[in-house]
Amino acid sequence: MQISDLPKYPLSQDEITVINEVIKKYRDKKGALIPVLQEIQKNIGFLPVEVQKKIAAELNIAEKEVYGVATFYSFFSMIPRGKNDIRVCLGTACFVKGGKKIADKIQKELGIKPGQTTLDRKYSLQVNRCVGACGLAPIIIINDKIYQKVKTEEVMDIIYSYNK
Amino acid sequence: MPEKRLISRSISVPKNLFPLLHDKKVPYNSASIADMIYRQKPPGKSSESIKIHINNKAFFTLPGKSVLEACLENGIYVPNLCFDTRLKSQGACRLCVVEIEGMPGAVASCVTAVKEGMKIKTDTPYIREMVKVNLELIISDHPLDCMTCQACGYCVLQDLAYIYDVKDIAYSGKVHEKKVFSDNPFIRRDNEKCILCGRCVRMCDGVVGANAIGYAGRGFESEIIPAFEQSLLDTDCVFCGNCISTCPVGALQSKPYIKKARIWETEEVKTVCPYCGVGCVLNLQVKNNTIVNVDSDIGGNPNKGNLCVKGKFGLDFVSSPKRLNSPMIKDKSGKFKKTGWEKSVSEVSSKLGSIIKKYGPDSVAVLSSAKCTNEENYLMSKFARAVIGTNNIDHCARLCHASTVTGLIPTFGSGAMTNSIDDIKYADAAIIIGSNTTEAHPVIGYELIRCVQENGLKLIVIDPRKIPITKYAELHLRQKPGTDIAVLLGLMNEIYKNGLVDRDFIDSRTEGFETFKASFADYSAEKAAGISGVDIDSLIKAAQIYGKAKNALIFYAMGITQHTCGTENVMAIADLAMMTGNVGRPGAGVNPLRGQNNVQGACDMGALPNMFSGYQGVENDNMRWRFEKRWEKTLPNKNGFTITEIIEGAAAGRIKAMYIMGENPMISDPDILHIASALKKLEFLVVQDIFLTETAEFADIILPGACFAEKDGTFTNTDRRVQRVRKAVKAPGLALEDWKIICMLSSAMGYSMDYRNPSEIMDEISSVTPIYGGISYDRLEEEGELRWPCRQHNDPGTSILHTINFTGGKGRFIPVTHTPPAEMPDDNYPFILTTGRILYQFHTRTMTGKVKGLNEIAPANIAHINAEDAESSGISDGDKVILKSRRGQITAGANVDANIKKGVVFIPFHYADSPANMLTNPAYDKKAKIPELKACAVKIMKV
Repeated sequence: MQISDLPKYPLSQDEITVINEVIKKYRDKKGALIPVLQEIQKNIGFLPVEVQKKIAAELNIAEKEVYGVATFYSFFSMIPRGKNDIRVCLGTACFVKGGKKIADKIQKELGIKPGQTTLDRKYSLQVNRCVGACGLAPIIIINDKIYQKVKTEEVMDIIYSYNK
Repeated sequence: MPEKRLISRSISVPKNLFPLLHDKKVPYNSASIADMIYRQKPPGKSSESIKIHINNKAFFTLPGKSVLEACLENGIYVPNLCFDTRLKSQGACRLCVVEIEGMPGAVASCVTAVKEGMKIKTDTPYIREMVKVNLELIISDHPLDCMTCQACGYCVLQDLAYIYDVKDIAYSGKVHEKKVFSDNPFIRRDNEKCILCGRCVRMCDGVVGANAIGYAGRGFESEIIPAFEQSLLDTDCVFCGNCISTCPVGALQSKPYIKKARIWETEEVKTVCPYCGVGCVLNLQVKNNTIVNVDSDIGGNPNKGNLCVKGKFGLDFVSSPKRLNSPMIKDKSGKFKKTGWEKSVSEVSSKLGSIIKKYGPDSVAVLSSAKCTNEENYLMSKFARAVIGTNNIDHCARLCHASTVTGLIPTFGSGAMTNSIDDIKYADAAIIIGSNTTEAHPVIGYELIRCVQENGLKLIVIDPRKIPITKYAELHLRQKPGTDIAVLLGLMNEIYKNGLVDRDFIDSRTEGFETFKASFADYSAEKAAGISGVDIDSLIKAAQIYGKAKNALIFYAMGITQHTCGTENVMAIADLAMMTGNVGRPGAGVNPLRGQNNVQGACDMGALPNMFSGYQGVENDNMRWRFEKRWEKTLPNKNGFTITEIIEGAAAGRIKAMYIMGENPMISDPDILHIASALKKLEFLVVQDIFLTETAEFADIILPGACFAEKDGTFTNTDRRVQRVRKAVKAPGLALEDWKIICMLSSAMGYSMDYRNPSEIMDEISSVTPIYGGISYDRLEEEGELRWPCRQHNDPGTSILHTINFTGGKGRFIPVTHTPPAEMPDDNYPFILTTGRILYQFHTRTMTGKVKGLNEIAPANIAHINAEDAESSGISDGDKVILKSRRGQITAGANVDANIKKGVVFIPFHYADSPANMLTNPAYDKKAKIPELKACAVKIMKV
């Protein structure tokens, strides 16, 4: 994954206000970098490049330092988690029953790859290996709900039902 | 001895390997192999040294050193990959392991301090295996493409693999597939080859202070990259290439030099950089008469192996197809026609001869060059005085440090840097005033930044602009251009008020303090801040820091000197230093940073209208007689004209002919429209240069000179260090060394000069120049460098001036008063324009203009303007703007820059197509005749 390929997820006004407040709270404090990153990660769910640059400039820390810390700890992420988390099973049973086609269809329709999130941050996509429900193959899981024997042509209807 | 935990897997280490290491002859002195040689000599037995045992032999070393350093300085090689004398040790590569009695297991010697009586073993089966296993681990995840790798032949990893017989992948598994970062003109990073030793990061942070690259990711995924994987162009990278010089493998490469040559095909020539006055030693690697790579000796003086972008990547001009390769004579139609030496020399000599005959010798003026060698400047002075018969000789020092000479000679007795670059580490505080050190003298900037980070040096920057080094400053005092004296008097007042003056020093070493006191008596901090616009609290704090420091340095440059009050600015600095006793000790002194590679030397050699070499006055009979005797000629006994007066003289018709060597006044001097009209009025103009410069366009005859890489000679750097310049390549076509041209002209004019080589010229110089009396090529070969004054053959030279007495006996306090710039902003011209250098260009771009990469980064002139001013003038970032002064106007790009003070516009003076000196004010300092390039009134409009 290259940073330059990351889409620019727009931030809401509320989120920007939160970010500014966090930075303001820690400005002029020593060792502020990790707490600032933590609070922003907690509130916004991810650390966009622009936000990291802003932190660097305002806290007077080198950009490479901020980026180094943000990429070091697995708690931090530069990709937001979508509101709805779609997982497609690509275990052997699901795969032969059309799981691959389902995954391809979702990627094409939502315009994201596994591990990515849509620009409106509504959906993120992951592919799983076998989840142990081979009798129900092919399956997809959205948030905590399992959909069984999914047909390729129906899958987008299921997904878009979360759009409401 | 600890229990030997031999590794279970059987690995073979060649037996007689350590003789191989110890006898390692290094065929090429390139950067990374040079790491294997530790340049410091062993200290030997002394009262401070401690005794240690290495491999059962006793050695002496100094406390505070690491075990690795102690081994290396005593000639015992310990393998290492992450160690560099320029960097803080990190203990990352685990190759420098040794066994130490009383310590368990293998110890990383680079991060273990020596202790009295320590018993160290570098050569045991256990250690050998350890090193080999570590090497195998590194090589298991390193591409084995040595046959195409640029670093082949000087890669430390390759050498160690050879020595330890590591042939193939011992540990198969996942390997890194990482991308190459190469989206900039100079630096290529191939992270597949990176061994994560961290040297480049430590270099970038600790020495250069750019913080452009760092570690990202974690564990197997970690790699060293710029933040957000962005291009280095979007970071604070200054493209110095020092990361490349410290990389022990092929991960970092100089992009312009890739695929130019294999290292064993090249010949290495050690010489001195042709750009600023720091005088960095360069190793030019030459193949087929072309420079194919540039390096510097790690740990060597004065630059320790560090370079800047111009020294490392800025030498393409040498082989530029635009180089002058033949003498040229302007025909009647105004076109230059190529000709031979015989014709051009006879033409110059007969034309000069007839002008001298018709109007007298003082109708001729000579401009010598701070780019040429000492020997050439000496000959030029001799040519002007003994052959033409005039003292009308000057050079560009008039435009940079003339006021340093007129300001420091009356106070200290000598106009040179009092301390040496190596001295910065002894200072507790330093003031930088009117010097954009990291851009104009980058390598001195690195040393300051390193000392701030490692030694806690407290830096006070006094500058209207937020220049890059302010990032490392304790305080930044932002004065209005031209109010330096007010700030300095304010500091002195505060220091005096708080009893921080050095009474003993004032009483024993100086005179005139009581009278001088009146100068600062009414400059309270409030008043000083009021005049200069600096923050009053910062001013008070700065006085505390400088006044209380045990040892404090002052660095200054053009921001001080290029004012109508330049001389007084300099005197105020000298006064401040003397009153706190900060002169004549390691880490305490006053240091004017010289801007050209050999501007110090050109002054030393007497390319000045009032001095022979060694600052011997032409009006002083005894001194003149010395030269008359040596040169066997009666010499003119009245001071000649300065550059400023020469130009005025040409405009007024008093000067009829000029001989200009390696200078480009058409860009570098103030009010260039005036200069153009003056040059046009000349009856005869000879220009000797390496390119067809803007000035050469006006010439009647152009003579092609050889550049720094094509001649032998010496340069004297900013801290009075005389160093050898060596010929690396042949000059193009008919171009000749400047000293040879001067000799030809002189002989044609009836005064024979038949030196066989520059060494003979240096012998003559040392015979008539007491401060160079002990300098000879033999000694320079032997000792590398000598700092003047160096009076006798056994004189080691002088690193610090004024240690016991000032050069002029006692230091003299000279009263100063604040004088505003000659031209102040008004309703018509509301902004103060200040000019200066940028990192990526040099002076009139005669050299840097021919270097592709530099012009990709800094292609055109940019005016920097404060955000508020931009808004009120309706200018936004990237607009084209017109700058207009009472003398002319230019167009430039606009950069809305938070680092600029309100009411100030900054513009670099390098660009011929947008010449800042079209605008500048030729009003000059009455004593030094230096023009006020740093302040004039302009208006700025959107195009």
